[in-house]
Amino acid sequence: MKRYLQVVWAVLWKDLRIELRTKDIFTSMAVFAVLALMIFNFAFELRVPDKTMVIPGVLWVTITFSGVLGLGRAFISEKDRGSMAGLLLAPVDRSAIYFGKMLASLIFILVMEVFLLPLMVIFFNTNFISLPLLLVLFLGTLGFAAVGTVFSGLAVNTRTREVLLPVLLFPVMLPVLMAGIRATIGFMEGDALADMMKWVNLLIFFDLLYLVVAYMTFDFVVEE
Amino acid sequence: MSLSRRLLQILNFAALVAMLIAVYAALVLAPDAINVDPSIRPAQRIIYFHVPSAWSSMLAFFVAFIASILYLITKHIRWDIWARAAAELGIAFTVAAIISGSLWAKPAWNTYWTWDPRLTTYTIVLLLYIAYFMLRGAIDEPSRRARMAAVYGIFAFLSVPLTFMSIRWWNTIHPVIVDAPENTNKFGLGPNMMNAFMITNIAFIILFVTLLANRISLGWAEERMDALKERLNF
Repeated sequence: MKRYLQVVWAVLWKDLRIELRTKDIFTSMAVFAVLALMIFNFAFELRVPDKTMVIPGVLWVTITFSGVLGLGRAFISEKDRGSMAGLLLAPVDRSAIYFGKMLASLIFILVMEVFLLPLMVIFFNTNFISLPLLLVLFLGTLGFAAVGTVFSGLAVNTRTREVLLPVLLFPVMLPVLMAGIRATIGFMEGDALADMMKWVNLLIFFDLLYLVVAYMTFDFVVEE
Repeated sequence: MSLSRRLLQILNFAALVAMLIAVYAALVLAPDAINVDPSIRPAQRIIYFHVPSAWSSMLAFFVAFIASILYLITKHIRWDIWARAAAELGIAFTVAAIISGSLWAKPAWNTYWTWDPRLTTYTIVLLLYIAYFMLRGAIDEPSRRARMAAVYGIFAFLSVPLTFMSIRWWNTIHPVIVDAPENTNKFGLGPNMMNAFMITNIAFIILFVTLLANRISLGWAEERMDALKERLNF
């Protein structure tokens, strides 16, 4: 078990270090998120009576769209530099590689969210951030990274690569999006966490289910 | 190993007979539905096409799901052929269910489209399996294609109940504008309607099995052709 965690950590740290040096993924996700907020602003400004009404939708759509940008990179750099073969040749359990990669993607998206949330508070001039919202955001992002990392591995094997990723990912992610939006609306209207337990449980179930399925199938995705 | 020609012939014949009986059951045997407005009673008979299509599509996706798992376990090309054949049929039956549902929705609810949980779930399912075939289409190497498709097939199928549940919960808060078709489904059916309903369902399952068997045998033919091309360096 200790050795397994060491492998997970090694893969995670490798990805984080690459990102700390290049800042490729974070920059594109963050800039994209700002652009998305701008576009949403123009899309809703004149026709929506109260702009705070669209916060839940804007939040989750922005996270999904900019998150998929980051996920798309998870395996492409490995493939292009030929380091994927090196990873696979390592005498370790491949699911450990999955968890390392997944945690790296999870951290990238979470960092983007940390950047996005204050920005939205400023743009919409409403403090909608609350502790339960952060919990729901974390659970949703975990599910997103869990499925997205596997699909990123699928997409990198195709001719169309990252173009295909959102097409594969979004229909499967729908329950997460719905739970996230629904819970965000609830928290903004002052509902307690207990009232939203149904959606939180759905997210937890989604996360556990797909982490287990990913654990069982990841071998087949990277196998040469 | 391919399915024998003889078995296919028997199945084809059985499906033809079953579908003829189904047409009789839906149009003649089944009485008019008394619990709906007289003007839409003829339209109500689309239920004998709509519900069996929906059931067959779910059965098809379930077969694709099981075949995907079996492929990953055994790595035998047979299960890839099965998964692909079943997923294709699933799409066909899903489209049939969505179109017939819309045709019923127009006279009954005066709209072709509502965000009813079942309707919405079905559309997502359609998108899932279109993505499945886009994934297949974007990978050239057969064994890799089979592996990737199998993994996606498992993820996709598991998301269906979650999607259905979340859309239903969503709608319990936003009240559903039109009543869900529960009352026109099973429980509002009189005895002869129930018979017709069961007959058409069984007929569609026979039709599904027949189409599946034919599609699998076609899949094997494609496989053999690829092998021959390979040998001839074509």
